[in-house]
Amino acid sequence: MALTNAQIDQIRGTAHEVREDVLRMVHAAKCGHPGGPLGMADFMTTLFLAHMRLSKDNLHAPERDRFILGNGHTCAGYYALLAQKGLVARDELMRFRKMGSPLQGHPHRNAEIGIDFSTGSLGNSLSVAVGMALAARLNGWDTRVFSASSDGESQEGQIWEAATSAAHYGVGNLTVIVDFNNIQIDGVMREVMDVRDLREKYTAFGWHAVDVDGHDVVAVDQALCDARDVLDRPSAIIAHTTIGKGVSFMENQAGWHGVAPNDEQFENAMAELAAAKP
Amino acid sequence: MESVLSTTRKLAPLASGDVQKIATREAYGQALLELGEERDDVVVLDADLSGSTKTKGFSKAFPERFFNIGVAEANMIGTAAGLAAMGKTVFASSFAMFAAGKAWEQTRQSVCVPELSVKICATHAGLTVGEDGKSHQMLEDITLMRVLPHMRVIVPADAVEARLAVRAAAETEGPMYVRLSRASTPVILSEEYEFQLGRGTLLREGGDVAIAACGVEVAEALGAAEILAGQGIEARVLNLATIDPIDTELVVQAANDCGAILTVEEHQIRGGLGDAVAQTVVRHAPVPMELLGMDDAFGQSAPASELIPHYGLDSASIAARAQELMRRKG
Ligand SMILES: Cc1ncc(C[n+]2csc(CCOP(=O)(O)OP(=O)(O)O)c2C)c(N)n1
Repeated sequence: MALTNAQIDQIRGTAHEVREDVLRMVHAAKCGHPGGPLGMADFMTTLFLAHMRLSKDNLHAPERDRFILGNGHTCAGYYALLAQKGLVARDELMRFRKMGSPLQGHPHRNAEIGIDFSTGSLGNSLSVAVGMALAARLNGWDTRVFSASSDGESQEGQIWEAATSAAHYGVGNLTVIVDFNNIQIDGVMREVMDVRDLREKYTAFGWHAVDVDGHDVVAVDQALCDARDVLDRPSAIIAHTTIGKGVSFMENQAGWHGVAPNDEQFENAMAELAAAKP
Repeated sequence: MESVLSTTRKLAPLASGDVQKIATREAYGQALLELGEERDDVVVLDADLSGSTKTKGFSKAFPERFFNIGVAEANMIGTAAGLAAMGKTVFASSFAMFAAGKAWEQTRQSVCVPELSVKICATHAGLTVGEDGKSHQMLEDITLMRVLPHMRVIVPADAVEARLAVRAAAETEGPMYVRLSRASTPVILSEEYEFQLGRGTLLREGGDVAIAACGVEVAEALGAAEILAGQGIEARVLNLATIDPIDTELVVQAANDCGAILTVEEHQIRGGLGDAVAQTVVRHAPVPMELLGMDDAFGQSAPASELIPHYGLDSASIAARAQELMRRKG
């Protein structure tokens, strides 16, 4: 079912809050990765609010949906969404990357707050998602397994091993969303190591694959609905995004992949976000 | 078993004046620039971390001899093996977690079995990578690399030694693993220092207990010896930069003279430096030992300056453990 206007407004409003939290967290930690999660905020919020069945009520239900963040460095946005879901205390967000916090620099599996898997080493995630999807199917559950990945992570060979097996076993309950921002650490992805057209690649591997504007929450929602309805194959949503989205000086800059803003940059970024509040 | 001579080693020349802090990865970048200038058979590979690993300088100076493989470490090591098989001397870099971890089997099959000149220079090793947390804190690489036949393993103590170790890697045929750090650490050795592959160095004389360390823990070991001296205990400090092949002579001499050896590393104690020293001591000169490092645990996110004391790897903790160990001496 299509999103109502009220739902669209709610997703946009929450994505805005996620962006603010990402900046607050990385600024407080004095390190971390702001660019990726700013770019992913719109599609991640659409996924978490409109599709993924994860809440305080079903946290420990074995058949609930699962999520695995393949590009684990972008976890600030993921943690902010877990806080939106009431699974992580808001105070805890400010302890991101500090000694003893469950909000580690890269996600660490934690059943109490809904982190379904440990990541951080790129390339490992999609195989794990395939395993989860196979287990759900074995158990006869209607669990959907969602996995986030990135253009950079798509350079790892294991992603394509997983893509092969996911199609071979026809795990229709698996959806991967790829954050395609054409940026990686060493610069512009097309120049560093071009992964080319991922929709064509996934299609050739036997997947249902689509391109979407990763900032268009209606289009992302539609792609997630379509993915749910494709039952015989896994689905890949190539979400085209702008790294650093919402903070002009971070947009399209590889330099903001993994650097914290200083105090002045933080104030400017927050002011710019506030001015654009939906 | 080879016979072990007991000769007396000279103290290594130490840096004097104000303590400078430089990361060993910086020295690696410097050495690569020198090697690129001196030799045209040197080729460098990286996996989307050239700014962090410091291969970027080489990539700018010698763009035709630099290949960014992207986020694909196994592919990087395989490609390095192919280049080396055609006669190139290849340096391949990423974070230690991915260089040693992701590409281990490629390293075994395509680099060590055919004995190729691939020099894996892995940065951001150990706990001192800090906030990135357990997924990035490589604490098992010494074990993984030292177990491989033909692989030589070097963990430089500071920037001076790192530069010389990288140069030695280029001059020596065959596979090599050089473990480098992200954090800026004190420069311990003076510019007169001469690195010899397979030789440890004596940094401080003492006969009450020996502390053998590598990498960032060498500075902590020297600090521990200072604390112990204040309590009337003379600790010998060894820098065992080459872990494979280990400097049997230096270790045996320390065992015989001091009667107890403490090892310190920002690495798992299973299979690491402590393990290499223990194997040597058990075979040639059994004495009580204690192994400091990560004891079968992963790390966590926090600043490096908090993690080192948290896991008992700071000078004060080392000094306390050295005193405990001395009570076990015969
Ligand atoms: C196996 C592995 N290799 C290298 C890294 C270091 N690393 C972290 S993020 C990254 C770039 C990934 O590209 P992408 O996800 O597209 O980055 P973004 O768009 O968020 O800037 C690299 C190389 C890693 N985490 N894992």
